[in-house]
Amino acid sequence: MSGIGPAPGAQWRRRLVSRLVVGFCALSVGLALAPLGFLLFFVAKQGLTAVNFDFFTQMPKPVGEAGGGMANAILGTLVLIGLAGLLAVPIGVIAGVYLSEYRATAVASVVRFSADVLNGVPSIVIGIFAYGVLVLPMGRFSALAGGAALGVMMIPIIVRTTEELLRLVPPALRDGALALGATRARAVLTVILPAALPGIMTGILVALARVAGETAPLLFTAFNNRYWSTRLDQPIASLTVQVYTYAISPYEDWHRQAWAGATVLIGAILIFSLLARGVTRRLERMHRA
Amino acid sequence: MMKEAVMTGIRIAAPARAKTAPPPAAGASPMVEIDRLSLRYGQVLALKDVSMTIARHQVTAFIGPSGCGKSTLLRCLNRMNDLIDGVRIDGSIRIAGRDIYDGSIHVTDLRKSVGMVFQKSNPFPKSIFDNVAYGPRILRMGRGSDLEAIVERSLKAAALWDEVSDRLHESALRLSGGQQQRLCIARAIAVEPDVLLMDEPCSALDPIATARIEELMEELKTRYTIVVVTHNMQQAARVSDQTGFMLLGELVEFGETAALFTTPRDRRTEDYITGRFG
Repeated sequence: MSGIGPAPGAQWRRRLVSRLVVGFCALSVGLALAPLGFLLFFVAKQGLTAVNFDFFTQMPKPVGEAGGGMANAILGTLVLIGLAGLLAVPIGVIAGVYLSEYRATAVASVVRFSADVLNGVPSIVIGIFAYGVLVLPMGRFSALAGGAALGVMMIPIIVRTTEELLRLVPPALRDGALALGATRARAVLTVILPAALPGIMTGILVALARVAGETAPLLFTAFNNRYWSTRLDQPIASLTVQVYTYAISPYEDWHRQAWAGATVLIGAILIFSLLARGVTRRLERMHRA
Repeated sequence: MMKEAVMTGIRIAAPARAKTAPPPAAGASPMVEIDRLSLRYGQVLALKDVSMTIARHQVTAFIGPSGCGKSTLLRCLNRMNDLIDGVRIDGSIRIAGRDIYDGSIHVTDLRKSVGMVFQKSNPFPKSIFDNVAYGPRILRMGRGSDLEAIVERSLKAAALWDEVSDRLHESALRLSGGQQQRLCIARAIAVEPDVLLMDEPCSALDPIATARIEELMEELKTRYTIVVVTHNMQQAARVSDQTGFMLLGELVEFGETAALFTTPRDRRTEDYITGRFG
């Protein structure tokens, strides 16, 4: 028997097991990516022919007239996710700071659990909630109610990413700030939060991209609007609801528009995600070696 | 919630000091007076009845094996131990004549006059300039060109200016380990503290960077009182004027560095410095 190597019989078995495991990993990766590939392929195939300059600049045309676009819905989606961000970013980041600063308290575990539960609430239920607390008292559907529903969906994502990223900041940085005479609040605001900022920004952008694709919470809240509207207290169109409305209609023109809307939505989210990565990289370059 | 620094005010003149040094050299009035200091973490007694006087404008070193309480003692001087749950402190510490555990002293004010440099350099993920300006900004010591002057003066004092003057707005994390530690020294002295605490400041550095920090300590002691914790006995012998040897939470011997290393009075000190244990 020679010194170090395995017994001759064991060698081919190891190789076989190794190949099997690697093969299984490759298969799993393929299966995970295939749906995304098919989805992008089919949507693009159907949608790209209908996407043109008019789609971005024109208003929807009445039934029977060809052409037209979804300018109002594109604007509406931007308004809605803007409102959602205004609501969710401050609440989410501050709650995340609270959770990381007072991580061991009873209140913190209640907040953490609540955020996880909220994250699991079906989006349609959040829509009904916003309907109950905003649409009914106001007496009409509004952009405000839609933005609030999307914002409520964003909060738990932002809370948990903020908390996780703040925990990754080395405690030595806090000690350094405190040793210079900073108060705890000052240390958090000027050292700990900025150190975690690139990651928190990514979390916020991911959350925005996620709610930009939501339809259900908007059905009872922002509703829809055939016209150009920037008023926050009025119903507003959104790409997702517009796609939904057009897709279930019986008209061929509208189906094409729906495919175009889906393509634009996916494209926008893709670009947004890439943008998020770019922003994060730039921030990281400033913060890291 | 965080702190439970309980005081029993033993502040009667000159208690018996069997184990401490003779008073420091004439002309050097005491900067820090530690009187019968004990510290408990829960049930564990980490410091036992430590008394010592630290002279102004000298380098005082604490040596001893790991876990002997030297870092804990150092962290009492700027009350960094307050951050740990369940710490209880008895005895008193006076810095520049004021009892630092007295309720009337705000811990953030104390830390402005007692700066600290840590074992592992901890520059903030900000620019070199913003790191040094951090303390002065908190204290509102100046802005604009005043602040620039403070940063320049501090970096010069920390012997780092020549290496970074043309890239003050680059990330501090791009500096080498030794440069980062000198940056942390610059950051600590930017607020003009009276005392500079250094917790094993060279333990993560190579010999060349270590030599630079040691040189720097020699220069800085003309303006600041330096207290340094070190694992390295040669370092204590090289840089310090006074040395305290600690063992199991006790200050075994404290005195002139040369005397302590050549003619230790306590058997345990002799055993430690000759390498018979530790």
